[in-house]
Amino acid sequence: MSVILVFLLVIAGFAGWWLSHQRLMAKPWLEQGLASDFVGLDRSALPTAKIGLGVFLAVVGCLFALFTSAYFMRMAVSDWQPLPLPRLLWLNTGVLVLSSVALHCTSVAARRGQIDTVRLGLATAGLTTLAFLVGQLMAWRQLTADGYFLASNPANSFFYLITGMHGLHVLGGLVALGRTTTSAWAGTRPERLRLGVELCAMYWHFLLFVWLAIFALLAGWAATFIDICRQMLT
Amino acid sequence: MAVALVLVLIVVGSVLFHLLSPWWWTPIASNWAYIDNTIIITFWITGVVFAAVVLFMAYCVFRFRHREGNRAAYEPENKRLESWLTIVTAVGVTALLVPGLFVWSRFVNVPSDATEVEVVGQQWQWSFRLPGRDGKLGTSDTRDVTADNPLGVIPKDPNGQDDVVVEAADLHLPVGKPVKMLLRSIDVLHDFYVPEFRAKMDMIPGSVTYFWFTPTRTGTFQVLCAELCGQGHPMMHGVVMVDTQQDYMAWLGQQQTFAQLSAPKQTGSADETTGQTAALGPEIAARLETVGSR
Amino acid sequence: MVDITPADGIPPAEVAEVELYHPHGWWTKYVFSQDAKVIAVQYSATATAIGLVALVLSWLMRLQLGFPGTFDFITPEAYYQFITMHGMIMVIYLLTALFLGGFGNYLIPLMVGARDMVFPYVNMLSYWIYLLAVLVLVSSFFAPGGPTGAGWTLYPPQAIMSGTPGGQDWGIILMLSSLILFIIGFTMGGLNYVVTVLQGRTRGMTMMRLPLTVWGIFTATVMALLAFPALFVASVMMLLDRVLGTSFFMPAISEMGEQLQHNGGSPILFQHLFWFFGHPEVYIVALPAFGIVSDLISTHARKNIFGYRMMVWAIVGIGALSFVVWAHHMYVSGMHPYFGFFFATTTLIIAIPTAIKVYNWVLTLWRGDIHLTIPMLFALAFIVTFVNGGLTGLFLGNVVVDVPLSDTMFVVAHFHMVMGVAPILVVFGAIYHWYPKVTGRMLDETLGRFHFWVTFLGAYLIFFPMHYLGLMGVPRRYAELTDMTIMTESAHHLNSFISIMAFIVGFAQMVFLFNLIWSIRHGREAGGNPWRATTLEWQTPQTPPAHGNFGKDLPIVYRWAYDYSVPGAKEDFIPQNMPGSFGPSREPA
Ligand code: HEM
Ligand SMILES: [Cu+2]
Ligand SMILES: [Cu+2]
Repeated sequence: MSVILVFLLVIAGFAGWWLSHQRLMAKPWLEQGLASDFVGLDRSALPTAKIGLGVFLAVVGCLFALFTSAYFMRMAVSDWQPLPLPRLLWLNTGVLVLSSVALHCTSVAARRGQIDTVRLGLATAGLTTLAFLVGQLMAWRQLTADGYFLASNPANSFFYLITGMHGLHVLGGLVALGRTTTSAWAGTRPERLRLGVELCAMYWHFLLFVWLAIFALLAGWAATFIDICRQMLT
Repeated sequence: MAVALVLVLIVVGSVLFHLLSPWWWTPIASNWAYIDNTIIITFWITGVVFAAVVLFMAYCVFRFRHREGNRAAYEPENKRLESWLTIVTAVGVTALLVPGLFVWSRFVNVPSDATEVEVVGQQWQWSFRLPGRDGKLGTSDTRDVTADNPLGVIPKDPNGQDDVVVEAADLHLPVGKPVKMLLRSIDVLHDFYVPEFRAKMDMIPGSVTYFWFTPTRTGTFQVLCAELCGQGHPMMHGVVMVDTQQDYMAWLGQQQTFAQLSAPKQTGSADETTGQTAALGPEIAARLETVGSR
Repeated sequence: MVDITPADGIPPAEVAEVELYHPHGWWTKYVFSQDAKVIAVQYSATATAIGLVALVLSWLMRLQLGFPGTFDFITPEAYYQFITMHGMIMVIYLLTALFLGGFGNYLIPLMVGARDMVFPYVNMLSYWIYLLAVLVLVSSFFAPGGPTGAGWTLYPPQAIMSGTPGGQDWGIILMLSSLILFIIGFTMGGLNYVVTVLQGRTRGMTMMRLPLTVWGIFTATVMALLAFPALFVASVMMLLDRVLGTSFFMPAISEMGEQLQHNGGSPILFQHLFWFFGHPEVYIVALPAFGIVSDLISTHARKNIFGYRMMVWAIVGIGALSFVVWAHHMYVSGMHPYFGFFFATTTLIIAIPTAIKVYNWVLTLWRGDIHLTIPMLFALAFIVTFVNGGLTGLFLGNVVVDVPLSDTMFVVAHFHMVMGVAPILVVFGAIYHWYPKVTGRMLDETLGRFHFWVTFLGAYLIFFPMHYLGLMGVPRRYAELTDMTIMTESAHHLNSFISIMAFIVGFAQMVFLFNLIWSIRHGREAGGNPWRATTLEWQTPQTPPAHGNFGKDLPIVYRWAYDYSVPGAKEDFIPQNMPGSFGPSREPA
């Protein structure tokens, strides 16, 4: 359970930082009126949707941290046999990076109001993401063809489970991306479009980060890394 | 008025119930009187707090109930009072925790002279295994469980050959000798619980858990399963008899070893044993079926 | 610095940044509504309906325990299905849904001065997914093999094996699917509750001016968002074990002489995941209750809540600490015994902020002007019950004391007191308190008092004596208490008594339901602010509040939520949106 505890510690850090700006030590009964120094306390200047997405990403992060915790705990049992990761995953990683980069460029373009670049970027991101999903499916097929079935070993089970969960989240993102893309063609208000694009970009960067983390986990580097850390400590 | 009175009555009633009611723990039969003492300490501290808080409330309700023209005092906080209350609470909590942890460290550190006894749970019966003359239990594996080897003792392990196997029957223990109960399950979670011993621990398929205790008086005690393990859970009773050393040796002499049990059965006596230890589990399952079909 | 009145220099209340959605027909107004108040009522009604099922199940269980052998149709199999559904419904589908989906939806926007939740559409989806989850849960009653009988903890391996009702049938699959749906739905709602508190507050409503109700619900929601994923992960993995034959939680097993396919899995891993959710869950139910009860006490004692700052810190502290105590449910699970030292310590440390909250409630009563209204009565009853249940928690948290008591009736009595009866009493108090705002009419007083006394005293009489059965060693989850050498004859009589009390308490709830329905039409007209309370929900131009809550302009907040009986003020309460400065020694900010 240490991974999830570390994750929660990070969340607690954020929460603590935010709380420390809420004047928790103030004596509210002494403060009447609408003093101008409170105005800054009212709310964040960030768009509400971004804060909403941020909270949601914390929940998703929690989910994957828990899978990771479970992975490490189950890995300690002797019947664990790591499975060879298909090479294809490297290609998929590259494709996912591409889509993330595409969305980054799109949000820059949206800020500058270059609607054509935005359309191009959105389309690229959508296609590369689809390619990623197809690539993941092909990696699954390759593994089953080689006899690495879901239930034959816990390492396999975790591989399918975690990549599947990640894939589902990507799929959900595609729905949002699809809506943004249609609105880019339908010609919504530029601020709205820009917000939509930025939200997508944020989500994609996050899912890319999650993917890199679970790739490292499934490839066994994470375990090695932790071992090294542990040895350095002792 | 009525409210304040009821609050007082709740405190008085609860205390009287505690002191006078006939429902209390069973007479202890192990060395874990420490645990009982910790419970008594806890009862005292928590009882005082409960009475204090509720009586204070009763007083407030009586004294400060609304009457025409009343107005509440204005007091947003009182740092000193709050700090004092925090400190007193912290002291109270420490007074509970320290003895508790002290006893826990005894509970988890098994004395070196404890003899090992294995308990095996399965739906819905208890079996036991005692080390034979070599004083060692052979290793076991759920994968080795068969009709002839109900506990899954690994046949190749020489340490296991002389182990005494008590399948679905009563366990006997000598009085005054510390025992380490090694707990194992071959199917689901169970929990070996004898109320008079005060100790209990879950049994987990795939691993071995333990607790230890010293029986302090002879007698017959009922084993209960304390972890929901399926439909037969409430009927999963067993029996532990704490004997004098003599009686214990006599009982032990009549038991079969693993080697004897797994030897090809030719003699009539071996058949008898299998007949006598007719497993309880299927019996309960049958009983459930009749209950179910009612 | 001087006080600032809303004259010049202050911009008018801003229009909410979410463009308010406007319902067009009956369907979008009352069924597929995006108005948080309607969603709140929908959540509450659904939770109450499914809660009634759980109540009936508790009667059936008490029939069996109180009069063993009399009721043939309650087989062990049925009994286990009853406890599982009862426990799961009560904890998740009733209390969590009611406090967060019901009270959260109704009160957060009103109390923080917002027009609605920040993402109304997602909020609506949240309810419909919740309803779906409830329907899937209910469908398991009609599935072949019936609902699961694994206990609400759903421990593997037994949860998915044939010895447990529903283990190899549909029961467990439907249960896990329903939980997964619930979590998805809850996450959608939870995002709303959190972000509305963060971003939806009206001008002047700083965090430290929020009523404690909002603090409680807010913190509980944050906790729920972080804790429910653990249940999600556990459910998904168990579902795979059950349906596709993986071995996440399933070790090698020889079941009734037959070897199962699984290998190597870890039942303890499930328990860690489950309780990583399960313990915070206790506080997810408790913190909203803490918050609400603080407001009830303060309002009806006409006195500011004592030690507001401490109360806020305690809520936040309890919320944070409750993520590092989960394994106190696993002292006798066979985990490494040295964990016991750590978790016993953290568990008892949590007792300190919790105790501070109790002190502050009773100190609020001190020198108050206590109106013994029905909400106040329920608040007082809550304190008694909660203190009782909290103190028995000190037994169970103190690892070695837990050894003889765990999995006995003592535990059942403890958690019913602390997370069953206590929060339910707050729910009742809160309903009597806010019903006039929701419907515009008061609940009937006589029926209310009857309901209060029977529920409070009855529940105490059910669960207080039950501790002593546990002390005696009577295990929980026993469908049959026959052939128990430890149980004396009188213990069986006590059980019958407890059962009779349970029926009486249950009956009183029917009276309450009647009151709820009857008073919609026939209750006394309440007016906008019958309790003369300070918080914003009582200051709406219409009662019940219209769509958008506050009419043309959002309120501006000038003070904290607890300006009761301020010296110098004419009335004994000053609404949060009333400008001006009162009191002798008040320094402006
Ligand atoms: C007067 C109302 C209630 C009565 C009479 C009642 C009765 C019972 C009974 C008889 C059991 C089974 C005990 C056993 O055999 O182990 C039980 C279990 C349980 N109850 Fe209640 N209950 C009531 C209200 C509640 C409430 C409000 C909650 C909300 C938290 C709740 C939560 C639970 C839970 C979580 C279990 C454990 C289920 C399990 O063991 O898996 N109950 N209740
Ligand atoms: Cu059992
Ligand atoms: Cu807990």
